[in-house]
Amino acid sequence: MTGKRYDALVFGGGSAGMAAAARIAAGGFSVAVLERERELGGVLNQCIHSGFGLKVFREDLTGPEYAERYCQRLASASGVDVYLETTAQEVGAAGAETPLTVYGYSRLHGILELSARAGVLAMGCRERNRGNIGIPGTRPAGVYTAGFAQRLLNIDGYLPGRRAVIVGSGDIGLIMARRLTWSGAEVLGVVEIQSYPSGLTRNVVQCLNDFGIPLHLSHVVSRILGRNRVEGVEVSPLEDGVPKQEKAFRLDCDTVLLSVGLLPDTELAKKLGVALNPETGGPLVDAGLQTSVAGVFACGNLLHVHDLVDYVTEEAERCAERVCEYLAGEYELAQHRVVPGANVRYVVPNRYFPGRENRFYLRALVVKNQARLELRIGGETVKQRRLAHVQPSEMVSFTLKPAELAGLASKADNALEVSIA
Amino acid sequence: MAGESVYDVAVIGAGVIGAAIARQLSCYRLNVVLLEKEADACFGISKANSGIIHGGFHHGPDALKARLEILGNTLFDRLQRQLHFPFRRCGILVAALSVEEMKAVEKLYENGVRNKVIGIELAGRERMLALEPQLNPDVVGGLHAPSGGVIEPYRFVFALIENAQDNGVELATGFELTGVEHENGAFLLVSAQGRRVRARYAVNAAGLYADSVSALFGAEQFTIVPRKGEEFLLDRNAKGLPGKVVFPVPTRLSKGILVIPTVEGTCMVGPTAVEIQDKEDLATSQSNLELVFAAARRLVPALSERDIITSFAGLRPTLAGGDFLIESSRRVPRLVQVAGIQSPGLTAAPAVSEYVKDLLKKAGLTLVEKPDWDPYLPEVPRIRELTPFQVDELTRRDPAYGEVVCRCEGVSEAEIVAAVRRGHRTLDGIKFYTRAQMGRCQGGFCTYRILRILARETGQPVEAITKRGPGSELLGGEL
Repeated sequence: MTGKRYDALVFGGGSAGMAAAARIAAGGFSVAVLERERELGGVLNQCIHSGFGLKVFREDLTGPEYAERYCQRLASASGVDVYLETTAQEVGAAGAETPLTVYGYSRLHGILELSARAGVLAMGCRERNRGNIGIPGTRPAGVYTAGFAQRLLNIDGYLPGRRAVIVGSGDIGLIMARRLTWSGAEVLGVVEIQSYPSGLTRNVVQCLNDFGIPLHLSHVVSRILGRNRVEGVEVSPLEDGVPKQEKAFRLDCDTVLLSVGLLPDTELAKKLGVALNPETGGPLVDAGLQTSVAGVFACGNLLHVHDLVDYVTEEAERCAERVCEYLAGEYELAQHRVVPGANVRYVVPNRYFPGRENRFYLRALVVKNQARLELRIGGETVKQRRLAHVQPSEMVSFTLKPAELAGLASKADNALEVSIA
Repeated sequence: MAGESVYDVAVIGAGVIGAAIARQLSCYRLNVVLLEKEADACFGISKANSGIIHGGFHHGPDALKARLEILGNTLFDRLQRQLHFPFRRCGILVAALSVEEMKAVEKLYENGVRNKVIGIELAGRERMLALEPQLNPDVVGGLHAPSGGVIEPYRFVFALIENAQDNGVELATGFELTGVEHENGAFLLVSAQGRRVRARYAVNAAGLYADSVSALFGAEQFTIVPRKGEEFLLDRNAKGLPGKVVFPVPTRLSKGILVIPTVEGTCMVGPTAVEIQDKEDLATSQSNLELVFAAARRLVPALSERDIITSFAGLRPTLAGGDFLIESSRRVPRLVQVAGIQSPGLTAAPAVSEYVKDLLKKAGLTLVEKPDWDPYLPEVPRIRELTPFQVDELTRRDPAYGEVVCRCEGVSEAEIVAAVRRGHRTLDGIKFYTRAQMGRCQGGFCTYRILRILARETGQPVEAITKRGPGSELLGGEL
C-alpha cells in the first residue's frame, strides 16, 4: 500500500474539485485530487451543449471546453497530484496530527493511503431515480435517468432508445429532449408534476418549444407498461394533487428518461461523520464552508445543487481560500448563524462572518413576480433587494458586506434571517 | 448438451428448489441437467423472495411444508460453511398489538412447540421491546423465534448451482420446455427453440409453470394460481431499521406485511398478497405503497417512504389446499412433481431436495455416492467485506479489485468479471450475483461501466446486451 501526505485532499475532479484544487495549490499548499473517472471534468464532459462560462469567462462555452480551462490550470499548477480512476472508498481513523486519512482504491495505483490536514468534499450529486419517485408499473429495460442517457449518447455513442418520454422537466431532461431529437430519436413529450417547469426558462424555449415537443405540466406518468422493454407509459393529469386515472392517456414509447431532481452524493461525507442539512441533502457548513468535522470543507453540487456551473466554480474558489486560511492557522472563528425565513427553502452557508464579505445562495419556496429579498438581524432590516422573479428552480445569490453590518455588533441575537416577501 | 446422450435426471426449473435438487443429486454418480427457460438461474419466483429463513411456527405439524421447513432451517449453517452465501440468524418476532392478536400469537407458539422449534419463546411487552427497540411501543407481547434468519436468496441459488456445476451438473438456460415425448424408458424434452434433451428421470420444479409442465408430461392436472406480492426496499442509511425480522399476526392468505432487515444491511417491507391470473404480471401499484407502509409502520413506526430505493413484485405459486405437492407422479413413471412451493419454500429447499432424492430412489434411480464429491465452493472475494489492506493484497494479484464499479454497494470490476465468467451475461444476472446496481443510485453511475465489461468479456456488441434476456435489449442502437 502506498502512503502519502498532503496539506489538502480534494474528493472529486469535477468543476468544484478542479477549481478548489487549483486555488489551494496557488496558495502554496500541496494538494491531491481523487477522481473516479478516467479524466477530470466530471459531468461537464457529457454536457456537450453550450451555455457554460457566461459569468466566469463572459464567453459561451461547451461543458468540455469549460472543463478544459481548469484542467490546464491544474496541469500548470505546482504541488498538485491528480489520481484518476481512483475511488475514495474507505475512511481511516482520524488522529490529532493528521485529521483525515482516506483509502483510495484504484486499478492504476493499487490501494492508496492518503492523509492530510484538510479535505474538500466536491463529489457533486446524483440523480433521483425511479425508486425515489415510485412510478408504478412493470420493470422493463428502457427506464433510465436522463444523465445516464446523456452519458451513453455523448460519451459512449449509443442511443438509449428510439421513442422517448421524459419524466420531469429538470435541465438535463430538457437538454436530452433536444439531444435525442437531433440524434434521430423521437421525443413524445415531457411530463412535469408541477404546474411550472423545473428547469431554466431558456432551456424550455430552446429545447422544447423550438422543436415542438409537448410539455405536459401538472401531469404524472402513472404507469410504465411493457414486459421486457418499455412499450409505453400512461400519463394522468393531476387534479387537486391527485392523478385522475380516468383522464389518463397513453404514449407508445420504448424509453422513459427521468429528470426528477438531483441529490448531493454524500456517501463519503457520511463515512466521515459530517452532519447533513435535510433541506439541501448536503453538509451543514459554517461561513467558510467548513463542515461539522474540523478541517473538512464542502463546495459545489455536493453542498447544494446549483443551476449554473459558474456558481459552482465561484463557490469552490471561495471555499479553497478558506481552506488556505485554515491550513495557515488563520481561520476566522467569529461567525453568527444564518436562518431561512419566510418563503425560503434554504440558505447556504449556514453561518456568516460579521467582519468580512459574505456570499449566499438560496432557493425560494414560492413562484412570485416582483418579490423582495429581505435580510434581518435581531428584527432589524440590514439589506433589501428587488427580485424581478423568483421560483424554486432558479437559485438566488447575494452578498452581504461588512459595511452593511456596521453598528450591529451590539445586538444580543446576531442571527441573520433571510426571507422573501 | 451432447445431442444423443441420455441424462439420468433432468431437473426442470432453476429456482431455489431446482437448484437445491440439482446440488443434492450432484453427489451421486449421475448425469444431471438443470433446465431453465429464462436467460439466467433465479430469474423467476426466487429473485423476488423475501430472503427469510423461517422459524417453523406458522404451520402445524400435519403440513408437509412445516416438516420440511423445520428440517430445512437446521441445514443452513452447514450449507453456509460450504457455500459462503450471506446468511444470518437474526431472529424472528411476531408482534401482537392487541389482546386478540396475542391469542393468535399463542396459537403460533403452540405450533412452534409441537413442531419442536428450538428456543421459541412467548414474550411479554418488556421482553419484546428489549429484543427489538424499534418495535411499536404499543406492542402487548409476541413471539420470538431465535433460529429464524435472513439470507440473500439469489446468492444462495447461484451458490447451489455453481457447486452442482463444479460437481458435474449441466445448466441449460434459455430452455423453455414446450414438448415431451415418451420413448423407451426416457423422456425426450424439446425446447421452444427446438433444442432436445433426453433423460430417464425428470423432476418438475417449474414453479409458476409446474401445472403446464405437468400437462406436457401427460401427468396430473392441477392449477398453479399466482399470488402477487409487492415489496419495497429501503436504503441502508434509513433511520429506525429493526435488527430482527418483524411479523404481524398472519392472515388467511399470507404471513402478512412484515419488516425485514436484509442480510446486506438494507431493509425490505412487504409483501402484499393478491391472487391474480397472469403469471407474468410483475407490475407494482401506487395504492399498495400506502397499504404496505401503513401496515409496516404499525410494527416499526420509524419507517419512512422517503427511504425507498426501489420496489418490485414477485409471484408465489399457490396450489389449492395450500400445502406443498411433492410426490412421484402416479400417471407418469419416473417423473417427480414438486409444485406449489410458496413460503416457506426457500427455508425448506434443502429438505425438499433430500425428500425428492428419496422419491427418485424409490422410483428406481440408482444412487451411488461419488467419492470425489466436493461440497465446498471456492470463496469469491468481495471488496465491501474486506479492509483496505486485504484489498491491497488482492490488487497485487489482479488490479481489477482496485476498480470500484458500483460505488453504492462497493463492487469491484474483478467481481463483475467473475460473475460474467460464471455465466451471468445479463445486467440483472450481474446485479443479483454481485449487488452492483442494487444500491441507492439503482445503476445510474455503474450501468455504463458494466456494459463495457460485459461487452469486453463476452465479445458481444454493447447493443446486444440485455437486462434479462431476449427482448430486453438496453440500447436503441449506435449513434
